Amino acid sequence: MDRFRMIFQYFQSNSESVMNGICGLLALASVKMYTSFDFSCPCLPQYNMVYGLGIMFIPPIILFLCGLILNRQSLVMLEEWRRPAGRRKKDLAVIRYMCSSIMQRAMVAPVVWIVVTLLDGKCLICAFSGSVDPEKFVGFANVSTVQVQLLLAKVPCKDDELMRNNTSCKAVSRYLRCWSQALGWSILLILIIAAFLARWLRPCFNQATLLQARHWSNYIDIEQKIFEETCCEHSRLFAHKCILHFFESMRQKIKQHSFNLPREGEEAEGEEDLLRGITDQDQVNKLLKTWYYEKPPLDVS
Amino acid sequence: MDKFRMIFQFFQSNQESFMNGICGIMALASTQMYSAFDFNCPCLPHYNLAYGLGILLVPPFILFLLGFVLNNNISMLAEEWRRPQGQRRKDLSVLRYMFCSMAQRAMIAPAVWVSVTLLDGKCITCAFCTSVPVETLGNASHPGLSQGEIQRVLARIPCKEIYNGQQLIANEVAIRYLRCISQALGWCFVLLMTTLAFLVRSLRPCFSQAAFLKSRYWSHYIDMERKLFDETCAEHARSFAKVCIQQFFEGMSTDLVAARCHLPRKAPPDAGEAAEKLLGITDQGTMNMALKSWHRCKPPLNLHPPALPTGNGWAGEGQPPTHPSAPQKETAAYYSWV
Repeated sequence: MDRFRMIFQYFQSNSESVMNGICGLLALASVKMYTSFDFSCPCLPQYNMVYGLGIMFIPPIILFLCGLILNRQSLVMLEEWRRPAGRRKKDLAVIRYMCSSIMQRAMVAPVVWIVVTLLDGKCLICAFSGSVDPEKFVGFANVSTVQVQLLLAKVPCKDDELMRNNTSCKAVSRYLRCWSQALGWSILLILIIAAFLARWLRPCFNQATLLQARHWSNYIDIEQKIFEETCCEHSRLFAHKCILHFFESMRQKIKQHSFNLPREGEEAEGEEDLLRGITDQDQVNKLLKTWYYEKPPLDVS
Repeated sequence: MDKFRMIFQFFQSNQESFMNGICGIMALASTQMYSAFDFNCPCLPHYNLAYGLGILLVPPFILFLLGFVLNNNISMLAEEWRRPQGQRRKDLSVLRYMFCSMAQRAMIAPAVWVSVTLLDGKCITCAFCTSVPVETLGNASHPGLSQGEIQRVLARIPCKEIYNGQQLIANEVAIRYLRCISQALGWCFVLLMTTLAFLVRSLRPCFSQAAFLKSRYWSHYIDMERKLFDETCAEHARSFAKVCIQQFFEGMSTDLVAARCHLPRKAPPDAGEAAEKLLGITDQGTMNMALKSWHRCKPPLNLHPPALPTGNGWAGEGQPPTHPSAPQKETAAYYSWV
């Protein structure tokens, strides 16, 4: 029992850890999605670029939106932003803090996808094989323009019969892959340096405001969770009272209509309470029918 | 008891997480089903389209209905919708909220199936292989083939072993083309679904938060009320059964005492609780008679027999006699010692 309460409280107070966990899971899902996706370049002149760049940029948008959807705090932030001010002022710094932390977490999975795509190289090879300068490669030097385009478009398809033993095509492939991997590592390096600087230099600027913003965003989050729990508890008690009232009113109705002498029972008092005055088949059937046909009003005063 | 209440509360307040869990499991089941399914394109001109589109669209429909069936709240929704108004008004916004949240969850597994199918590419390849643009990708001027023949040849594209149209259009080229289209459609579909989900989720706090809080509270309330009513009825049924059976045993023992004309045997004062629980039945014959009587002549569902004149010699709290008193003695005599 205590353990349950502890786990419950842990999750309540550490929604940041939960959010980080979801963020990590999405990043892993992103890698898994990439490895299980069967990349198949069309190897046709206009289609290559669209396909390659599409695979590089559309899934990150999807992952970003997923990151926003799965993050509970985004709803909390939107509510706080749109609520009428009423008797509680709105603090824009808190909203900005929440927004930036949500965005940072949502950006992780898309960045992982883009970096993995670049390091693997297939997307860039597919997208830019038609844009390579054919003069640089021996096998394409003496071929007409249209033929060159067709051949270059087929470079990503290694199994094509034209490409199988063609050394120039392999050269183009290696060249593009090298660019792709260089780009991938550079992006990774820049992002890590940026994250490092941001984290190191943050305490130098506005630390007090930051502490306040973090405290109040945590507060808003917990307040909302506790409100939902209290509503659930309240609806449970309300339902309980309503049902007791219903049984009581059925008991009154039966007393009014029956002509039986009052029973001098010797049954245990506990059972008597639980029977609530409903003691035969017809009465039970009437109770169940009334529950369906005439639900009691939502009023337990 | 407290532990159960805590678990109950945890699931109640996290009912959404519970439903989301079921939703996630169905989505995983959907991908498993797809990978376990052995796709087998017929490679015939008109059958391909029917088969391909059928595999693309019929399982999602089944998964959608399954999503509703597996959701416990569907019966709650139907009950609330159809009940007579009585003393409690019906709130249509609550019904709409319940239906929308169920429909959203039921849509996830079908969307996963459609995305996985499109991203894999086999269905679209099978369905649209006869529509491949032969003029741009292949050799349309290949002589000697009528339109019907060309259709038949193209229909065999997905079946590499029997494909015989390499001069018309290379098999790999056609498959790569169709697969590319299929994957593009798949990613666009996933992007569209994700954007819709994002809009639905983020526009709600901006426009109808108060109405949403109200609908959510009352839908939880209806669910809770139904569960508590079932619990209360179960408790009542338990007590009813207990009292009914106690009265049956007491009636049995009183009848037998009357039939044997013995004085009722009182347990010695120091025999304790166990002796009381014997309810006056203390030997094998009597017990056998009680069991037989329970099977052949169950007591009526009535714990308040009308008050009868007390001249027939048995205590007024027992079971109502099913026969008038004189035959009762004969019946009792018949049953005894059997």
